[in-house]
Amino acid sequence: MMNFLAAHAPGPTHWLFLTTILFSIGLCGLLTRRNAVGILMAVELMLNSAAMNFVVFNRFCVPAGVDGQVMAIFVIAVAAAEVVVGMAIFVAIFRYCSTIDVSKMNLMKK
Amino acid sequence: MGLVSWLIAVPFLTMLVVVFIPERQWKLIRWVSATGTSIHLVLTGKLVVNYWQAAMPEAESMKHALFTKLYFVERVPWFESLGIQYYVGVDGISVAMVILTSIIIFTGVLASWYVEIRVKEFFALLLLLVTGVFGVFLSFDLFLFFMFYELAVLPMYLLIGIWGTGPKEYSAMKLTLMLLVGSAFVLVGFLALYHASGMHTFDLIRLSEAKYSHEFQRWVFPMVFVGFGVIGALYPLHTWSPDGHSSAPTAVSMLHAGVLMKLGGYGALRIAVYLLPEGAKMWGVVFMCLTTVNILYGSFGAVMQKDLKYFTAYSSVSHCGFVLFGVATLNLIGFKGAVIQMFSHGIMTGLFFGLIGMVYGRSHTRIIPEMGGLGKVMPWLATCFYIGGLASLGLPGLSGFVAETHVFLGGFFGNPWTSSVLTKVLTIIATMSIVVTAVYVLRGLALVFQGPITNPHYEELTDATLPEKISTGVLVATLIVVGLLPFFFIDLIESSVMPIFNRLNM
Amino acid sequence: MEQLGFALQHAWVVPALPLASFAIVGLFIRPVSNKAAGVVGTAAIFASAFFAYWLAWEYYTLYPAGGEHPAIIPWAFEWLRYQAGLTVNVGVLVDPISVLLMVVVTTVSALVHLYSIGYMHGDYGYGRFFTYMNLFTFSMLGLVVAPNILQMYVCWELVGVSSFLLIGFYYQKPSAVSASKKAFIVTRFADLGFMIGVLILGYFGYNSFGELAASITPGMAEHGVSNLQPFDFHYLNHPVFLEHFKGLNIEVCGVGLLTVSMLLVFCGAAGKSAMFPLHIWLPDAMEGPTPVSALIHAATMVVAGVYLVARLFPAFAASGDALLVVGYVGCFTSLFAALIGITQDDIKRVLAFSTLSQLGYMMLALGVATMEHPLGYTASMFHLFTHAFFKALLFLAAGAVIHAVHSNEIWEMGGLAKKMPITHLCFLAATLAICGVPPLAGFFSKDEILAAALPTHHTIIFGISLLVAALTPFYMFRIYFITFWGRHRTHHAEHAHEAPAVMWIPLAILGVLSVIGGLVPMASYVSIGEHMAHHGINLAVAIPATLAGLLGIGLSWFFYSNDAVRAARAAEAFGVVYRTIKRKFYVDEVYLFVTHNIIFGYVARPIAWFDRRVVDGGVNLSGWSTRMTGWVLSHLQTGQVQGYGIWYTAGALFVLLILWAALV
Repeated sequence: MMNFLAAHAPGPTHWLFLTTILFSIGLCGLLTRRNAVGILMAVELMLNSAAMNFVVFNRFCVPAGVDGQVMAIFVIAVAAAEVVVGMAIFVAIFRYCSTIDVSKMNLMKK
Repeated sequence: MGLVSWLIAVPFLTMLVVVFIPERQWKLIRWVSATGTSIHLVLTGKLVVNYWQAAMPEAESMKHALFTKLYFVERVPWFESLGIQYYVGVDGISVAMVILTSIIIFTGVLASWYVEIRVKEFFALLLLLVTGVFGVFLSFDLFLFFMFYELAVLPMYLLIGIWGTGPKEYSAMKLTLMLLVGSAFVLVGFLALYHASGMHTFDLIRLSEAKYSHEFQRWVFPMVFVGFGVIGALYPLHTWSPDGHSSAPTAVSMLHAGVLMKLGGYGALRIAVYLLPEGAKMWGVVFMCLTTVNILYGSFGAVMQKDLKYFTAYSSVSHCGFVLFGVATLNLIGFKGAVIQMFSHGIMTGLFFGLIGMVYGRSHTRIIPEMGGLGKVMPWLATCFYIGGLASLGLPGLSGFVAETHVFLGGFFGNPWTSSVLTKVLTIIATMSIVVTAVYVLRGLALVFQGPITNPHYEELTDATLPEKISTGVLVATLIVVGLLPFFFIDLIESSVMPIFNRLNM
Repeated sequence: MEQLGFALQHAWVVPALPLASFAIVGLFIRPVSNKAAGVVGTAAIFASAFFAYWLAWEYYTLYPAGGEHPAIIPWAFEWLRYQAGLTVNVGVLVDPISVLLMVVVTTVSALVHLYSIGYMHGDYGYGRFFTYMNLFTFSMLGLVVAPNILQMYVCWELVGVSSFLLIGFYYQKPSAVSASKKAFIVTRFADLGFMIGVLILGYFGYNSFGELAASITPGMAEHGVSNLQPFDFHYLNHPVFLEHFKGLNIEVCGVGLLTVSMLLVFCGAAGKSAMFPLHIWLPDAMEGPTPVSALIHAATMVVAGVYLVARLFPAFAASGDALLVVGYVGCFTSLFAALIGITQDDIKRVLAFSTLSQLGYMMLALGVATMEHPLGYTASMFHLFTHAFFKALLFLAAGAVIHAVHSNEIWEMGGLAKKMPITHLCFLAATLAICGVPPLAGFFSKDEILAAALPTHHTIIFGISLLVAALTPFYMFRIYFITFWGRHRTHHAEHAHEAPAVMWIPLAILGVLSVIGGLVPMASYVSIGEHMAHHGINLAVAIPATLAGLLGIGLSWFFYSNDAVRAARAAEAFGVVYRTIKRKFYVDEVYLFVTHNIIFGYVARPIAWFDRRVVDGGVNLSGWSTRMTGWVLSHLQTGQVQGYGIWYTAGALFVLLILWAALV
């Protein structure tokens, strides 16, 4: 079993496929979700795929260093902050117009 | 800091002072503006005297000069990496233009004595605008020139848009956009001149040493000329002028028609023809045709106008046509005529717009058929209007005659690069405007000032007040002085026009 | 050059005095005191007149009668330098005709000023009137002494504008306003021709100046012409230049350039002197105050055209054809105006048409002269001289009458001979003078014109001038009889009384001049070209002319003495012809049609429309299309962030694809 796994250990391509798929799912979510919280989750997905890229490249390009991991932690921290700000904005919007359906928000046009 | 820099700085400093005076002190604001412009007038007088002393002894040596000789030059590097510098100085043409602008802004401030809304902003913008105008006339670095040029054009948008009358937003927008299109052409032309010279400088005098190829001149000359032509009301790019002038407040119309339109002729002569003589030879005849249209078309257009300001604006189109016509003749007499006409028309049209503002302030109408018999109640204004009108139809003894005969003779003498018969025919067509001008001037003025008083309420109107009398009196006196003693003025500009002309024969 | 006397050296004083007076009176005195304005204005003109006499005396002492009369320029300075070698010098040219005109202008002007002190008394524009009159006198004198064609043009325009100001003096009267505009615009139109003529002469004069000056200049220095310029009359009239100009062989529509330029100059002259068809402004100009009509529209300004032709006479003579045109235009105008004069009822208008007719006479006299037979030249100047006096007198006397009866209509006058004896006597003297009754002034000058026309084979011109010599007394005595004879037709006429002394003294002086003015042996003072033997009275001309004059007077008496009953019947008998003449051959109507319907309707209005709709429309169209593009594109701007996201993503993918394609 271990051998099998070792023989078929996922290379960088596999990991990159995975992050691309994750990113695409996130992008689709971002562009199609009506619910603002859903959009936030999709953004989270995209950020995580990017963070994962950092880790992957760190692992395969400079195994000795930890720069990628550091960046991933940064991304996680920023993402957390972003969620906080985003949720705060949504709460404010919800209070203002009783909905968080983004298709109803077109203040930028007005 | 020398005299020339002070000439630019004084209006700017006055503007700064005005900005820091509280709005409620509006009386102080206009006194400060009047003082600032008076100081400027005095400095201009000093400039004339200094220039006269410095340049007249050397006039003889300019007969065959190929490069403009500048006096009182001040030069400070600005963006050295791009070859941009603060480079100011004067020659005869700029001195003439500075006199003109100084007189117009002085009288313009007096003519705006009764502005009531947003007094502070009004005077501040007016002074900012005029700073730009002085900058244009005094700077000899193309970049600096362009910067000041834009500074002169943009405040106009606010001045018309806020203090104007009638469809002011529309006119302000139209005027600004059209002028910006013109400056876009000019900017591209300047950059082309900069690059093609390979000298890495915007210095006008050094650029004139560059050898621009035939092909280059063929396409850059019309670009620069048309770019300046827009502000000089070159047909068919003149239509901002009637709308803009009719909506603008009095002082702004005075400045705009009196001075800003001159930037066109000035730039066309000083930059387009001076730097690109070959291009001028190729395109001269085209522009001569266009400006002939200008001259006649403007005067015929004026015949049918009912609004005094439209009437004057069309006459400005016709008279500015003389300026560009003079430039397009590529002839020494024509060039001189163009400069004199710039001056003469500036004063004349400043007088016109000032007077229209004063009459409008009393009668509350600018529609010619609604007025009548006003000469009886406002003899001073009527007299000044008539003197201005007679100057505009080229009556000898007033400056218009000197300018027009120069332009006509210039056109008739023609140049070696255009068919001699064609220039003569065009000139003869252009001379016809003196009749049409007489028709519209006399017709318009007679309807406004002569005949019986048409509206009983006009009986109670009053004549000019003291600031208005000073303002119109100064302008009328200038018209008469230049008309009676043209030799001073001609001496002033002649040696500076020479190099521009000599370069054509290089 | 002989040593010049004081007056000649300071010849500029003659025009300078009125100018100074104009400036001082206009700026300083008029606002303070009207009365002082009148006195100072008049005094300045009198001073100028005396200086002019002094100058004339010095000139003819220096160059006695019968000898050579060179044109000298005692004083000039550079006024306008177009370019090196093309300069306008303002100066004073003294030659026989300028001396003659200076004397005439200052004399008539001084007397008219004096008269105006009485005539304009109590008028609200009293001071303004004298200011304008001074301006006019200055401009006219400047024109007379012009040594070059551009100074002539300058002053030409200035007399035009002072005439405009004075015709429109009563600026609240619509008819006066429109008359002043008409006068200015018509003469301005004519001046366009003059201007183009000046341009042509200036251009060709300048071009050939270099090669010709060498052969012209040497003889000039002794005449005080130190700095000959292409615009100078000395140059333009010089045979060398004229030969050269003719030799250029340039033709415009088959006419030689010299002729063309001379005709253009004559166009200006015809405008100012109101020759057909540019005469229409002069009758209307009578809207001005009567002294103005006397000074400007009878004695001085209107002869400027004649003077211009005389001034350029050698050039006109060299062209030949141009002079012929001058002759025929003058001849036609004299007949045409005389015919209209018969039918007019406004006393000033009759006099205006009579002026036209007499101006035609002067023109035709110039037209029949040549450099070989220059009698017409002298005759023309002679007639100009005498006409100035008797026509000014006629106007001033008419003014006195108008002043008394408060009307211009001859049918509202009548029987004034007894009420206003001095005026009547003066009017009669002037009428007899204009009719050419010997030995009054008009007889001699008219006789000379006819004598000039006869031997030069201009039979038509001679015939017509003889006819006009009969028509003139007819219409002149018509107004004389109606105004001064018969019964008082109105209340005002019944209570008319003599004018005050300040008005009748000038009348009397002019009366004396009209009687004796013809005794001046003009030919020995004013001549050109071949020297003439002194010309006595040519009986072959004098007798028919006098008979024609007497015939006209007789007919006039026949028709108009008995309250014009016979005349009314005759007018009825002529029907259409009479009406056509009375409406001045409908020339005014034609002009009105051309200007209003054609120029305004088919030129100015379409241009105004074209500018607003098409040219400005183009500008607005570009603005509109920009806005429309923006409007269309604004639909993409949904405000949906996700929509923008899709565009963004698609764009990014697109760029990636391109990069990929480029790299692979």
